[in-house]
Amino acid sequence: MKRLILLVGLFALGILAWAQPGMEYVVSTETTLAAVAQDVLGNPDFAPAIMRATNAKSLVDPSFLKISSLDMAIPAGAKLWIPDRTWAEAFMAFWDPNRPEDLFGGGKLVVGSWWTAGGEAEGLNALFKIYGEYFPDVQIVNATIAGGAGFVFRAVIKPRLIAGNPPDTFQLHAGLEVEGYSPETYLTPLDKLYEIEGWDKVLPKDLLDLLVYKGHYWGVPVNIHRANVLWYDKEIFEKYGLTPPKNWDEFFAICGKLKAEGVVPFVMGNAGGWEAAHLFETILVSTLGAEGYKGLWTGETPWTSEGVTKALEILKKILDYVNPDYAALSWDGAGEYLIAHKGAMMIMGDWTNGWFMSKGYEGYGWAPVPGTQGIFDALSDTFCLPKLAPHPINALGWLEVCGSKEGQIAFNTRKGSIPARTDLTPEEKAQFNPYLQSCMEDFARDAIVPSVIHGAAAIESWVTDFKDAVNLFLATKDVAGTQRALVEAAEAALAAMGK
Amino acid sequence: MRRRRLRSERLITLLLLLPSVIAVAVFVYGFIGWTGYVSMSNWNKLLPDYSFVGFKNFLKLFSHPRFQIDLRNLAVFTALFLTGSLAIGFLLAVLLDRKVKGESIFRTIYLYPMSLSFIVTGVVWRWLMNPGSPQMGSTGINLLLEKLGLGFLKSGWYTDPRVGIKAVAVAAIWQMSGYVMAMYLAGLRGIPEELREAARVDGASEFQVYRYVILPLLRPITLGAIIILGHISLKIYDLIVAMTGPGIGFSCDVPAYFMWETTFHANRFAQGAAIAVILLLMVSLLIVPYLVFSVRREAEV
Repeated sequence: MKRLILLVGLFALGILAWAQPGMEYVVSTETTLAAVAQDVLGNPDFAPAIMRATNAKSLVDPSFLKISSLDMAIPAGAKLWIPDRTWAEAFMAFWDPNRPEDLFGGGKLVVGSWWTAGGEAEGLNALFKIYGEYFPDVQIVNATIAGGAGFVFRAVIKPRLIAGNPPDTFQLHAGLEVEGYSPETYLTPLDKLYEIEGWDKVLPKDLLDLLVYKGHYWGVPVNIHRANVLWYDKEIFEKYGLTPPKNWDEFFAICGKLKAEGVVPFVMGNAGGWEAAHLFETILVSTLGAEGYKGLWTGETPWTSEGVTKALEILKKILDYVNPDYAALSWDGAGEYLIAHKGAMMIMGDWTNGWFMSKGYEGYGWAPVPGTQGIFDALSDTFCLPKLAPHPINALGWLEVCGSKEGQIAFNTRKGSIPARTDLTPEEKAQFNPYLQSCMEDFARDAIVPSVIHGAAAIESWVTDFKDAVNLFLATKDVAGTQRALVEAAEAALAAMGK
Repeated sequence: MRRRRLRSERLITLLLLLPSVIAVAVFVYGFIGWTGYVSMSNWNKLLPDYSFVGFKNFLKLFSHPRFQIDLRNLAVFTALFLTGSLAIGFLLAVLLDRKVKGESIFRTIYLYPMSLSFIVTGVVWRWLMNPGSPQMGSTGINLLLEKLGLGFLKSGWYTDPRVGIKAVAVAAIWQMSGYVMAMYLAGLRGIPEELREAARVDGASEFQVYRYVILPLLRPITLGAIIILGHISLKIYDLIVAMTGPGIGFSCDVPAYFMWETTFHANRFAQGAAIAVILLLMVSLLIVPYLVFSVRREAEV
């Protein structure tokens, strides 16, 4: 049996090695790179792409020719590596002739992210593995910084950008978070890459809208997460004959019943400082609906509206039913209540699913947050290309892996999110667990709204003010005062955005 | 001949001092000046914008509800931390000064917390003061109280907005009072026994000996301790990060934490610089009189 697995494994490896994009090419008579480019790719301008690809190969396989300059004579019998057309086009679009070192391959790829633990780190490693198969000459440097929702990571990456010392690529939430990086100055637009790779055809329109800032694409999305999920412990729900609540009245009826039984009806954490704001965001979606909620962030829905007041009142009421130690727990610490069957419900993004699985907990169910049926509160992780990236060509390959079907399946099955691409075949979808499959269906069907606390809906200064207002509310429980603070935050942010 | 040697000696001294003078000028005073400049600029997104706006950032800051809470927290923390550390430190020193058996063991035990970093202290006390819940059970101090049958004393500690920063002050006192003890102990040992004897002969009670003889003699040490603890207190950041974060309703928040968040999360670099300037001013209010005092004393000597 073991031997069989080994054989199958070797066979799979063989296919992978063989399936690298491009092909071997042996020169029959002495020639030049331009001529080869003309012959094979139909365009002499692709010579630099062939030089780079061949040099990269020669670093790991000395039987390939090492090319020292673009106009070097290529002797008969020399072995070249012809990259596939998409890669050659991307290379030519992003290659800078003033950076001759990019023609030689090798070097490093510094990837910045906040994925350090569990499924996230496994997903990232899966991407590294795929990258390593395509670009074995490149040494990957994993520059991760821990800290939920990337708050710490972003604080470290910004000074590096200003100082002109960025990594080659780093993680960035899709949406208006990019404003916080002044992308016109610090990042490279990726429109050309989108065009070459055809990503604008395989990514959903709502997501593409979110990815455009000042008329350009700045990041390549690897995944989609859903923020508005209610998780519940099936054992408790069965024991007391409950069904997942569809609206807040049902929700509070369940809360009242469970509280009387000595079960914590609703668990949350707020040690990270953002979890309560995450909860509040999903309540806003429920009281305002998809369009109304979206309008909050564009200035179309006034923050003085009834829906905001109602949302604050719901949050206030929820605080009567939460675990007393919520200020000391992070969201995963709060999840321990469900695992121990001591807490019944929890509202958190669908990374919770991956975390539950890693804990070996299977008795959980899920439903949309009450009142948000048919709405998908979405966030997405992307990777970008800083203008001063030391190895931009290596980063280009990384972005291609991130945007590829292969990369997205490998990454998302491990991280517990769904691919940003919507062109998966039914067989490919079957590789995902039941929650993620249902999530993919919802994503294709539901109205998509952008998450604010995860960087999609608003600029960072607004997100901070929003978060702070909710955090203050937890202590004051002052509905009118908090609404006033939210109105002021919106006015300041919309003015800063020129709206 | 003699004069020439003097001059060359002075030149060498100057040359030897020059690198550190330049480094301090650039990296300390240069950057202080730069921070002051940024605090009056309009740099409130990632891309630097150095246009001058005067005191706008400061005015905005003082009307910011979070900053107001932070200042209040800082005042409460500093008051508790200073009085707590001084009182406990003095008490321990007096007790140890009684030439107890195994004094060096006790001294080491009381001094040890100081060898930890605030991060470690924060992590330990985060656990010790964990509120727990009836469903998941208690840990740390609450568990202890429960086992002692004092369950009614259980508290939410730092997670209760009414306690908040005071819980953090307890952890800080635990860490620094041993240090104050060491300072006072050294001071007590420096007071000649004859002075106490003389006071006792004059009919002073033991309390009066401490009140009218020992404490006045220890005044320089108290002053030194206030300066050292005071500037630690005003700059406190790492303990908050490790132990509580800003807390519910910012009940554990301090200006240094707000500075970090507003600068690197909200991209308000000018506002962050303004907080830094305010912190610097507060610390210098404490330190400058001390420096003037000690420079003057040196001149006298």
